[in-house]
Amino acid sequence: MLLVHCPYCDETLPELEFTYGGEAHIARPENPADKTDDEWRDFLFIRTNVKGPHFERWRHAHGCGRFFNAVRDTVSDRFLTTYKADAPRPDLAVLLADASMKEPSK
Amino acid sequence: MTTFRVPGRGRVLHNRPVSFTFDGMTYQGLEGDTVASALIANGVQLMGRSFKYHRPRGPMAAGSEEPNALIGTRRGKGRFEPNTRATVQEIWNGLETNSQNKYPSLKFDVGAINDRAYMLFSAGFYYKTFMWPRSFWDKYYEPFIRAAAGLGVSPSEPDPDNYASRYLHTDVLIIGAGPAGLASARAAATAGLRVTLVDENSEPGGTLLSEPQAQIDGKPAWDWLSAELDALTDLGVRIMTRTTAIGYYHQNMIALCQKLADHQEKPAEGAPRERMWRVRAKQVILAQGALEKPLVFDGNDRPGVMLAGSAQTYLNRYGVRVGNKAVIVTSHDSAWYAAFDLASAGTQIEAIVDTRPTPNADLIKEAAARGITVLPGHTATGTSGRLRIKSVRVNKVENGKVLTARNISCDSLLICGGWTPTLHLFSHTKGSLKWDDESQTFLPDRITEECQIAGAGRGLWGIASALNDGAVMGAAAATALGKSATAQTVTVTDDRPGTGESHTELPTDLDPGKARAFVDYQNDVTAKDLRLAVREGMRSIEHVKRYTTNGMATDQGKMSNINGLNIAADALGKKQPEVGLTTFRPPYTPTSFGAFAGYHKGEHFEVTRKTPIDSWAEENGAVFEPVSLWRRAWYFPKDGEDMDAAVRRECRETRKSLGMFDASTLGKIEVVGPDAVEFMNRMYTNPWTKLAPGRTRYGLLLGDDGFIRDDGVIGRLSDDRFHITTTTGGAARVLNMMEDYLQTEWPDLKVWLTSTTEQWSTIALNGPNARNLIEPFVEGLDISDAAFPHMSIAECTFAGFPARLFRVSFTGELGFEINVPARHGRALWEKLFDAGQKYDICTYGTETMHVLRAEKGFIIVGQDTDGTVTPYDAGAGWAIGKNKPDFVGMRALNRPDLTAEGRKQLVGLLTEDGTSKLEEGAQIVLDPNQPIPMKMVGHVTSSYHSDAAGRPIALALVEGGHGKTGDTVYIPMPDRTIKATITGTTFYDPEGARLKL
Ligand SMILES: [Zn+2]
Repeated sequence: MLLVHCPYCDETLPELEFTYGGEAHIARPENPADKTDDEWRDFLFIRTNVKGPHFERWRHAHGCGRFFNAVRDTVSDRFLTTYKADAPRPDLAVLLADASMKEPSK
Repeated sequence: MTTFRVPGRGRVLHNRPVSFTFDGMTYQGLEGDTVASALIANGVQLMGRSFKYHRPRGPMAAGSEEPNALIGTRRGKGRFEPNTRATVQEIWNGLETNSQNKYPSLKFDVGAINDRAYMLFSAGFYYKTFMWPRSFWDKYYEPFIRAAAGLGVSPSEPDPDNYASRYLHTDVLIIGAGPAGLASARAAATAGLRVTLVDENSEPGGTLLSEPQAQIDGKPAWDWLSAELDALTDLGVRIMTRTTAIGYYHQNMIALCQKLADHQEKPAEGAPRERMWRVRAKQVILAQGALEKPLVFDGNDRPGVMLAGSAQTYLNRYGVRVGNKAVIVTSHDSAWYAAFDLASAGTQIEAIVDTRPTPNADLIKEAAARGITVLPGHTATGTSGRLRIKSVRVNKVENGKVLTARNISCDSLLICGGWTPTLHLFSHTKGSLKWDDESQTFLPDRITEECQIAGAGRGLWGIASALNDGAVMGAAAATALGKSATAQTVTVTDDRPGTGESHTELPTDLDPGKARAFVDYQNDVTAKDLRLAVREGMRSIEHVKRYTTNGMATDQGKMSNINGLNIAADALGKKQPEVGLTTFRPPYTPTSFGAFAGYHKGEHFEVTRKTPIDSWAEENGAVFEPVSLWRRAWYFPKDGEDMDAAVRRECRETRKSLGMFDASTLGKIEVVGPDAVEFMNRMYTNPWTKLAPGRTRYGLLLGDDGFIRDDGVIGRLSDDRFHITTTTGGAARVLNMMEDYLQTEWPDLKVWLTSTTEQWSTIALNGPNARNLIEPFVEGLDISDAAFPHMSIAECTFAGFPARLFRVSFTGELGFEINVPARHGRALWEKLFDAGQKYDICTYGTETMHVLRAEKGFIIVGQDTDGTVTPYDAGAGWAIGKNKPDFVGMRALNRPDLTAEGRKQLVGLLTEDGTSKLEEGAQIVLDPNQPIPMKMVGHVTSSYHSDAAGRPIALALVEGGHGKTGDTVYIPMPDRTIKATITGTTFYDPEGARLKL
């Protein structure tokens, strides 16, 4: 079971309190009516499905109830960071550099 | 009493005899024995039959890695467990055990015919043998596979035991209480940390229990152990025995299964049998030691063949000699000590056969001093003996050539092919392994968790190394947690570190194609099978594993993985690290379902939500059904009524006069704020701006993919406040979806969402007398049809309670829904029930609710829709606010596939004979005479008998259904094909006249 840091509560808590919310940074278009069928299809269904660091949404469903974003490595199942929903998309290179610093020694 | 017990030896209590049964025979053992040690003490080596070939087998090991000696254990009714390892199960007076996989008896088993036919059962035989002809599947292949599949017999009765679960937070969790673990615990606890030390055995000590000859800091090992355990207890270390770390999960969560009762003669009544611990540790130290490997040669599986280190454990820990006449075949120094210990205890050592041409000179000297024959540079090429080994065939190997054989008679053959660090848990963490050429095994490499590996787990052999490395790792864990710690060093004399070499199959002068040289004992996989798999094209070790099933049995290849890898690598002509190791997965040892389930059984399996009115329903004989987590009154049978009769009566009485229904489970969400109406416009398909306070509207909620997600009646209480109702099962989902849009797409909207499902008790009253009943209870509100028409909402006082009153109908009758604070629900229900007697009020449940709504064609989301149904498909296009710029799902409704011809659409169905009730879920075809497989054009979603319609009615989703009104369709059933006509979805009062009372 993962431990997840809620950026709103500023607490690291068991995964049981959270629910997964799909890929992050997919904004619902401002004026859906202006979108072509293909654009709307992409918004609905097309996801990056990355092997590696994945930008995704979580909700602290059994806590403060807030949606927030996270970067989680889908290979190691390890969180690189979590951040508030309105925060900018973090720089992956910086995150990866930080993560390698934090690796258990040896 | 017994031939093989050594008086005074071991940690068993020689003055405490214990009697138990094995296959119906009563045996005497001692307190502290396992089933295996007690049987061996009685001269019994034959404990089971192998899985595939039904070969006679005895224990190979003395611990949890045992592949052969699997038994069933019984403790009265319901308490039967198959596949228990006899080497782990402790005995107590009255324990009943049985061997497995034999018929009619362990000594004579007809399944052993498989052994003669072994050429047929080689690697991949399932894939080859059962391919053709197809017609053989039902009668021959499947019954055969079913009969052969699995070990042991499943328990057939419910498990009456209790299982517990707990969480534990600890600074340092140490797995394995051998010398490395003990020393780690001392170092970490001395640094002031909370330390938990667990071990799967019945007592801590690990190797020390099997090597009492060692002297630690001048003390005999067992004295040192006892003093050390006292010291650790004084330091506050939590020591848990019979506790197996079964899995190592993310961020240092470890699952422990603690066995509490299986070793006890009389466990306390109601006490848990096992307890699952979920441990979150800041640091983990893996001190799990190493497991001995067998050598692979023809006949290496007869009863009496055993790992040398295990024989040493039986002697030193349990006081049991495994035999009278033993031969050792080894490639490692460690087995020599087993020989010496057994010789001292009175076993005749016929020979020490070492595959190495020049074994350690000190060992040779010691053997010579004891008069033991040493055969260096030899190989083993066969064994004899049906139910117990009688002899072993050995040959000298010179310059790669296997010379003439000689047979040595024996009743025990102790083998040792070296040691494999126990890294199962480390592998669970995805920590990487590195092949070590010198020790010919994998050692831990890159660590991914906050974890240390100590002692034999990282290839350090001997007690001194384990103790000193354990102390270093304990100190390292303390340092990582910001404590200053020092690693104490100890001095050990009479230690037995050793070296050895690793092999594939041993060389032989016989036909290797005929050798029964077992690698995986539990799955009966031989060296030949592995080579065949490679010859047949398996290149990856994962494929070799699956094709041969090597390492796939309940022991997860604890003994076989490295031997299997060595042989596969040799066959592939590659080095072991290029071939790689298969993945170890939790649990480390087989774990009962009970331990995983814990408290989640019976009534505690999941939460049962009950409304405030539930108790009244129970007292009044309701039959309940589960609806999501709720239990809801299904129907209220009167004397002698079956469900059908009760539901028909409830329907009739409601339509005739008055029915009352507990609708409290309806999901309720309060939407409040200056932007509430804008939020509603964006979420629901309907327009809300013009809905006046005091009015309600049927709301339809879509996903952005255009499909129906939920529906419900929504009331506007004031400009900035809506009372939403959702489906019973959808409440949490809908609120989550609304929060999602509100928080992440429209954070600018000033709206607050609150779940109020459990704040309100909701009572629905339907029928021509509904207003007559409630009118006297309502204060401060005119509820006449003119003042309070259909689809109204108001706050009022109802029977003295603050209330929200809806005029709404899910039945087609005059209807009201009264919401009062939940705590008043039952009181109000009783008042209405009493007052309703003069109208012959009937209470009805969910089934009648379903019938009444189906008669009106009202859909149930999730029953008449399935996540691929648009409002247009459902015939609810009228609920769409076409002039709105946007709502969730609007754009998708114009997508080509959602506007295409031939979509499945909701229609009514009436069976042509007017009496047949269709089955919900039944498939619909247009032409019943077409060849099979037929083209299915839809299915029945709802089907009921309807007294109001005077016949059975049904709803269905049918391709292009809206254009097929009046058409005939067919519903093929197993016994006949039913003919039905497509109709509209309203079967009763199509003009809605009954609402207008
Ligand atoms: Zn939170």
